[in-house]
Amino acid sequence: MASAQTPFQRVAADFAQSKLALVGLAMLFVILLVALFAPLISPQNPYDLAQLDVLDSRLPPGSKSGNGLMFWLGSDGQGRDMLSGIFYGLRISLGVGAASTLCAAIIGLALGLCAAHFGRRTDSVIMRVVDIQLSFPSILIALILLALLGQGIGKTILALILAQWAYYARTARSAALIERKKEYIEAALCLALPPSRIVLRHLLPNCLPPLFVIATVQVAAAIALEATLSFLGIGVPITEPSLGLLIKNGFDYMLSGEYWISVFPGIALVLTIVSINLVADQLRDVLNPRLQR
Amino acid sequence: MSEPTLRVENLRTHFFTRQGVVKAVEDVSFSIGPGKILGLVGESGSGKSMTGYSIMDLVDPPGRVVAGRILLHGRDLRALAPREMRDIRGNRIAMIFQDPMMTLNPVLRVDTQMVEAIRAHADTSRQAALARAREALARVGIPAPQERLSAYPHQLSGGMRQRVGIAIALLNQPDLIIADEPTTALDVTIQGQILFEMQKLTRESGTALIWITHDLSVIAGLADEICVMYAGRIVEHGSVDQVLDAPLHPYTRGLIDSVPGQSRKGAPLRQIPGMTPSLLELGPGCAFRERCAYADAACQRDPALSVPVPGRQVRCFHPLVQKANA
Amino acid sequence: MLAIIVRRLMQSVLVLYFMSLLVFVGVYAIGNPVDILINPQADQADIARAVAALGLDKPLWQQYLVFLRQALSGDLGKSFAYNIPAIQLILERMPATLELALAATAMAVLLGIPLGLWAGLKPESWQAKLILTGSILGFSLPTFWVGLMLIMVFAVELGWLPASGRGPTTDLLGIPVSFLSWEGIRHLILPAINLALFKLALLIRLTRAGTREALLQDYVKFARAKGLSDARVVLVHVLKNIMVPIVTVIGLEFGSVIAFAIVTESIFAWPGMGKLIIDSINVLDRPVIVAYLLIIVALFILINLAVDITYSLLDPRVRIDETKG
Repeated sequence: MASAQTPFQRVAADFAQSKLALVGLAMLFVILLVALFAPLISPQNPYDLAQLDVLDSRLPPGSKSGNGLMFWLGSDGQGRDMLSGIFYGLRISLGVGAASTLCAAIIGLALGLCAAHFGRRTDSVIMRVVDIQLSFPSILIALILLALLGQGIGKTILALILAQWAYYARTARSAALIERKKEYIEAALCLALPPSRIVLRHLLPNCLPPLFVIATVQVAAAIALEATLSFLGIGVPITEPSLGLLIKNGFDYMLSGEYWISVFPGIALVLTIVSINLVADQLRDVLNPRLQR
Repeated sequence: MSEPTLRVENLRTHFFTRQGVVKAVEDVSFSIGPGKILGLVGESGSGKSMTGYSIMDLVDPPGRVVAGRILLHGRDLRALAPREMRDIRGNRIAMIFQDPMMTLNPVLRVDTQMVEAIRAHADTSRQAALARAREALARVGIPAPQERLSAYPHQLSGGMRQRVGIAIALLNQPDLIIADEPTTALDVTIQGQILFEMQKLTRESGTALIWITHDLSVIAGLADEICVMYAGRIVEHGSVDQVLDAPLHPYTRGLIDSVPGQSRKGAPLRQIPGMTPSLLELGPGCAFRERCAYADAACQRDPALSVPVPGRQVRCFHPLVQKANA
Repeated sequence: MLAIIVRRLMQSVLVLYFMSLLVFVGVYAIGNPVDILINPQADQADIARAVAALGLDKPLWQQYLVFLRQALSGDLGKSFAYNIPAIQLILERMPATLELALAATAMAVLLGIPLGLWAGLKPESWQAKLILTGSILGFSLPTFWVGLMLIMVFAVELGWLPASGRGPTTDLLGIPVSFLSWEGIRHLILPAINLALFKLALLIRLTRAGTREALLQDYVKFARAKGLSDARVVLVHVLKNIMVPIVTVIGLEFGSVIAFAIVTESIFAWPGMGKLIIDSINVLDRPVIVAYLLIIVALFILINLAVDITYSLLDPRVRIDETKG
């Protein structure tokens, strides 16, 4: 038939069919680099109070500070350089989003596999909790948790993890159940292989592809959720502002025409989310067996 | 001879995929008269179903009918506007599909699906259409048709659903019915019943029937003529008795031999060696040559259809007629 | 059919009970109950009296029983900020939220399904690609940011629509609604669009995916083989098949719309439950938080129940009364 391609090459070729997805991938790459090297490339460290001067506050894009520093994107209410603030904010936004997604995925994977492998009681209990949690939107769950726990980066990440694990658990369980029904697992069980081996060597690898697809989509959702929570004032603290918090800080200035304090972080946030979604979307279409005819 | 109901001339249907052109139907010609049954036989991938879809203009992209004429009572269907073709479908030509669970819409009731087939082609009241539907169900041997009408497809058994499919095909008294493996998914006993009823119906109403199948034993008792297809082409054509008693093409011979009933008890089952070639990598030459015992250098060229004996056609450089005569 | 409903109701009661336990644990055991339920500005004597009255000096399980008893009789505490029963406060604000949520849902459904159908029927056309790109944006852009942009463009720059607040209300069957007046509608438009966007994008993508899959099915080929018009094939055969998951999603997402109203209401200063909860969290008006949580949970349970029932009504394969023919 067609020339022999490894599955990865085939997926990559299919992925590249969409110009839009490729653009998204490029954008994402740049954003990740910026976030990673923020301290190195920022013109200013916005958290170093010694560098700030309140007289520099609310200057429009293109102005210069008292020290001759160029405010490419203007300055905020405290005289901080918007560009630097955005670079650091990207770090926090991406960091929180990625960390919470990863942890939620791992926890969900573990619980889903347990539910699938141990069956009956364990399965019932875990899936009941999953079902109940999934019937509530994640923003509500995160809201409740943060209302009870209070503010802080750690608490925000925790709330995000707790709000997201259920989806991964359910997917992992379904994939594991399908794999479990296959005959070679029955054979392995007959051979009395230890459960850890069955789970780790056989069930686990089968769950990873669908989880991967979901995780790529959910990362963007996690970032958006954190931004929303921070915007509402119940997410990350002021000392470690994510993009959401930056936008909130600028909200009031917006109505008086000083748009740059809100709009630029907003654009950064949107570009991040959109690029992740473009990539995730194409990945999902490419990996969907039902659309291959 | 009177004008045949359907005459297909040099039909070609190609699929334009990313990996290349697949010639699913290549240079297919045959004709069928009123009340006659034509068997279209071949393995999966031989192009027999695609021939049926091509006649109905139901080929999905990336496939397309690229050449040929399809004459229904002398009228070229390929020259028709889409709207006119829609008038013909389900009306003058009807199709029965293989798996009625997939072809009947699971969320619509049986009566809805039957009535719409009637009202798409004639201005009939719902009552009159329901009455005709009831009648059609009775005609195909469904007991208590009224109950079946208000049922959903999943509430009926496989055999019952297939009868519904047949009834739908008969609703508008078509001139031609194309049946695409209608009994393959059914039990043998049901199969027999349906075969019998189809035969009766076509004889009584003068409808022409094209029966597409991979099962030779079904064709043997049912059809008048038979076309054997391989890799998108017709490789043999003739009356059923002639072709099955004295096949000309080595593939046909192979097919007949591989029917289990043909072997003596205890003797190993015979099969055609090799596998059907991929239509994507089909080069020039006879498509069957890799698996043929009689192939030689001559078979590297494309064989054309020849008429070694009147009333029969074969696409082969070494038709078995020499063996039969020898 | 009845059996399903009864079973679901019992499950719902169980969930509600479980949630009340969770909330109780969250407020009484983890959090500091004194802060949560007693006005922090009260003096020592008042605090002591309140502690005794609320039974905070009793063992935990007894406190839970008191809490449960009070909750069942509709008493979930008094708001610190407004000094009226929390439940009453929430119920006063509910119509505003519901009006917004329903407007947003209507917008999403009336636009989303037709656009999704189109995108599914003609996936290669430029319109479909545009719709798809638009839906990706609508899906990815955080609601609050869209709200900000809407305000900036339509209220600040163009000045066409008001930036915040709810318009004047009139009473419809005793419930105050604002969509009956033009001024009310003007105030409703931006927040409703903001809230609708996410769901609109979701519906477009769902409908498109469903349509694309449905068109590949055999029953579509069969319908065409019967000579049915394209319109009928799409609007009857395809639509009815994809309606089931779509309606399910619309129903389930309605709860999500109410949740996201929190964000929209905060941005547009829309006086609904959502704004109330944020304000309450910020001023630590915890009786209101507790009451809100329980009411929201009850609401969600109701929505899920309604969706389950509708699902079994719509998909004939799910009903229990079949007999094989």
